Amino acid sequence: MSAAAPRAPGALARWWDSDLAYSFRRSPVAVAAALMLLVILFGAALAPWVAPHNPLDLASLNLMDSRIPPVWDAEGQSSFPLGTDDQGRDILSGILYGVRISLVIGVGAVLFAVVVGIAAGLLAGYAGGAVDAVLMRIADIQLTFPAILIALLVDGVVTAALPQEMHERLKVQVLIFSIGISFWPQFARTVRGSTLVERGREYVMAARVIGLSSGRIMLTHILPNVLGPVFVIGTLTLGLAIVTEATLSFLGVGLPPSSPSVGTLIRIGNDFLFSGEWWMTIFPGLALVLLVLSINLLGDWLRDALNPKLR
Amino acid sequence: MSLLDVDGLTVEFPTRRGVLRALDRVSFSIAPGEVLGVVGESGAGKSLTGAAIIGLLEPPGRIAAGQIRLEGGRIDNLSPDRMRRVRGKQVGAIFQDPLTTLNPLYSVGRQLTETMQAHLPLSGPEARRRAVRWLEDVGIPAAAQRIDAYPHEFSGGMRQRVVIALALCAEPRLVIADEPTTALDVSIQAQVIALLKRLTRERGLSVMLVTHDMGVIAEAADRIAVMYAGRVIEIGAVADVVRNPSHPYTVGLMGSIPSLDVRVERLRQIDGAMPRLNAIPPGCPFNPRCPQVFDRCQVERPDLMPARQTEAACWLFDPAPAHG
Amino acid sequence: MPFASWLSKAATILICKSQDHPPARSNPLAPPPARSNPPPGPHPHAAWIEDQLLAFIVSRILQAIPVVLVVGLIAYAMFAFVGDPVTIMLGTDYTEAQRVALVKQLGLDQPFFVQYAKFMWAALHGEFGISYRLARPVTDLLAERMPATLELAATASVFALLVGVPMGVYTGIHRTAASRLFMVFSLVGVSLPTFLIGILLILVFSVWLQVLPSFGRGDVVRFSHWSTGFLTVGGLKALVLPAVTLGLFQMTLIMRLVRSEMLEALRSDYVKFARARGLGPRAINFGHALRNTLVPVVTIAGLQIGGIVAFSIVTETVFQWPGMGLLFVQSVQVADVPVMAAYLVMISVLFVGINLVVDLLYYAVDPRLRVAR
Repeated sequence: MSAAAPRAPGALARWWDSDLAYSFRRSPVAVAAALMLLVILFGAALAPWVAPHNPLDLASLNLMDSRIPPVWDAEGQSSFPLGTDDQGRDILSGILYGVRISLVIGVGAVLFAVVVGIAAGLLAGYAGGAVDAVLMRIADIQLTFPAILIALLVDGVVTAALPQEMHERLKVQVLIFSIGISFWPQFARTVRGSTLVERGREYVMAARVIGLSSGRIMLTHILPNVLGPVFVIGTLTLGLAIVTEATLSFLGVGLPPSSPSVGTLIRIGNDFLFSGEWWMTIFPGLALVLLVLSINLLGDWLRDALNPKLR
Repeated sequence: MSLLDVDGLTVEFPTRRGVLRALDRVSFSIAPGEVLGVVGESGAGKSLTGAAIIGLLEPPGRIAAGQIRLEGGRIDNLSPDRMRRVRGKQVGAIFQDPLTTLNPLYSVGRQLTETMQAHLPLSGPEARRRAVRWLEDVGIPAAAQRIDAYPHEFSGGMRQRVVIALALCAEPRLVIADEPTTALDVSIQAQVIALLKRLTRERGLSVMLVTHDMGVIAEAADRIAVMYAGRVIEIGAVADVVRNPSHPYTVGLMGSIPSLDVRVERLRQIDGAMPRLNAIPPGCPFNPRCPQVFDRCQVERPDLMPARQTEAACWLFDPAPAHG
Repeated sequence: MPFASWLSKAATILICKSQDHPPARSNPLAPPPARSNPPPGPHPHAAWIEDQLLAFIVSRILQAIPVVLVVGLIAYAMFAFVGDPVTIMLGTDYTEAQRVALVKQLGLDQPFFVQYAKFMWAALHGEFGISYRLARPVTDLLAERMPATLELAATASVFALLVGVPMGVYTGIHRTAASRLFMVFSLVGVSLPTFLIGILLILVFSVWLQVLPSFGRGDVVRFSHWSTGFLTVGGLKALVLPAVTLGLFQMTLIMRLVRSEMLEALRSDYVKFARARGLGPRAINFGHALRNTLVPVVTIAGLQIGGIVAFSIVTETVFQWPGMGLLFVQSVQVADVPVMAAYLVMISVLFVGINLVVDLLYYAVDPRLRVAR
């Protein structure tokens, strides 16, 4: 979850030694959320080794194994702890692999938004004038529309613009782009605000006086000072980005069933809700909620911990 | 008979690190028509005393001991609803900052009529007529036109006049004015004090005037209570306390005020600072800073006792000094 | 630029959705430091207020025009650069003469900005071309589906406000077990994706309990251009699950916002002064505190309506609700550009309209604005 980890390791180490670690230990909610997130992260990262089956290996699927309920059900089988879907895919393995994809897209989208947002924010805040006005006006207009709508639209347009045969191969990249582009304004606005503050400080003046270039001043002097708020917003946006990806996949414009994310699994399972095979939907849904909830709880805690004024 | 009697009032704040005693056996009384000035450094418990009297201590603060009597009846143990009827109707309050004490979304007329109708049986038009009269009384020009204006359309001084009208409009007998001039421009302070003085004289109201401004006290008060670390340490007539203070703290306090009549080489100051609530020393709370401290001060707490023309909580004035 | 800055404030709250103390101080509508408004003498006349209100509305509309123009540009750019309408309309088998004729007929040989202007002009008259997928005028398609979406969105908004505001007020005033329960519930609420809420509701109420329908609008009554589900039992039953699904997220958001604003208002000096004047708890909680929370609540509620319209895309897909959102998703899946473009332009006009209403509500709620500008 290094969505927006500060460039300088020194800063992170300092935080850790200081009030932040203390506040973390004092908050049972944050500790519980962190533990939950760690379990999910390890499960996802080590999916090929911990998952009982490989859901991407179509050859291993057996239709005889389809629609098996979870293990505690009378008809459950111990080799499929959370049951199977209509193709005979193990739900647990599907979730582990799906969370992995969801996380890759979520983190990728946030990183993309952070990079675009920081660049635009630094530029707008430092250059000012017309550049600032144009960039911020674009951000404002985009903010008028909910992120999900932007992501859906960008995804639709990019997919339509790509040749048919590249759709599946580039889907992950397309999703990262579409979701990332829908979250950049928040970062740009925050960075711009901080940049405006920092620009007036004496050390920036001093750097100018000794003749450093604008780019160098922005990267080495201003950037480190705006990373705190970016980190907080990045964490909270990560939860939103994962939900957005799941929503797009659920709507059928995200990842295809051949490489399913959690959202795709929920979409597949949704078709079988009425025939009583609830586990196909509920378990992936539960995994999604736990993932997002733990990220949101950590983000909430982080925001309060880094911003004592809010208490 | 006095209008207000505060008797042994003790206010405590339970905190994680133990109970903080913010007011410790505070006693004083105010006669009808009398203005009592309450002075002291910030944190001495002046405003807290006012809040306790009108029953608006911020939780977790609570009255741990003592009594507050208004016209002989106790008001410190009333139910919330009965206490609500005392506030405004019997005890009015004026707050420090007129910029934040008025609700920005309601016209001043509406805030006045609302307050009057909460306590007095008035019809709408009658309440409005009275509201206009009140605005005229506190010196708002063109009151009849400005009654529907919103607080932001008034200047700071005018707003404090509106606040005074609001505090008095339900015809209380006692007014608690908590730093009524501190937030105002210096040029306006005198006007507001003069107004407050005139209105309360005309109506024979009693006032508890909380301030750290000795000039305001000298101008408006009949008697002074000096507070230190949650206790009243000296009380007496204005002239006596100002000219002839008894308690070493009051002596130091008066010595730190510049005067035009008396030429002094330099203003005196009291060394050290008032103790924090969690570190009040045993005995007399002033003993670490007192130039005349002796053994007894560090052991035994003095209560108010007659001292020259005033009453002071200081062992220097004990008629029967403890021996040994 | 108040329009822009309140948006960003609202966006901050949306991002930091469970934030307990929204940055009220950065609220551009919060009273400017009060001293900046010197007394203007006698109270302004009513006519003067009306003039000012008109100027206010006009300036808001002028600010909104560039938004619609830019959105239209994006919509048109999709037309121009995504897919080739000529090949789409002619198929694979056509002569060069046919192609040239069609290009001329569609105006594709003209400069880009001329085409854009024509597009916007047509859009102004409600013409968005023919759907590639359904081969019918886009305007007709949208008009057919609009009642379903608007009824759903309206019901969801009313639900979110009617439940969210009282719950926020309650949790702001009382510190009871019930209010802690509400808070936990709201935290889970903001972490649940909309489509998952829908699925869970379907599972419980349609599959297990079998008391409410899980798809479609039920029985609708048709008037000339409007079909409504409000008038039949079946229609109303069909509305319950989608409306709750759509409104739940916004409800928890509104509840948390109202709560934190109430807490802030109850701590304020004017509430303390109102207490000191002996006003009753009802006058203090509702007259003084709640009234002061309305400005931020109106901001967010306005934005939430936008959110409700956008999330109706998801809800309509879950419940197969025959509205514009479902049409849009189906169009995105096959890159049916005319429908996408029309939807986008319509939504932007809708949002601009909502923003205008929100601004007017401020004007009604907060007297300071009437003089501030």
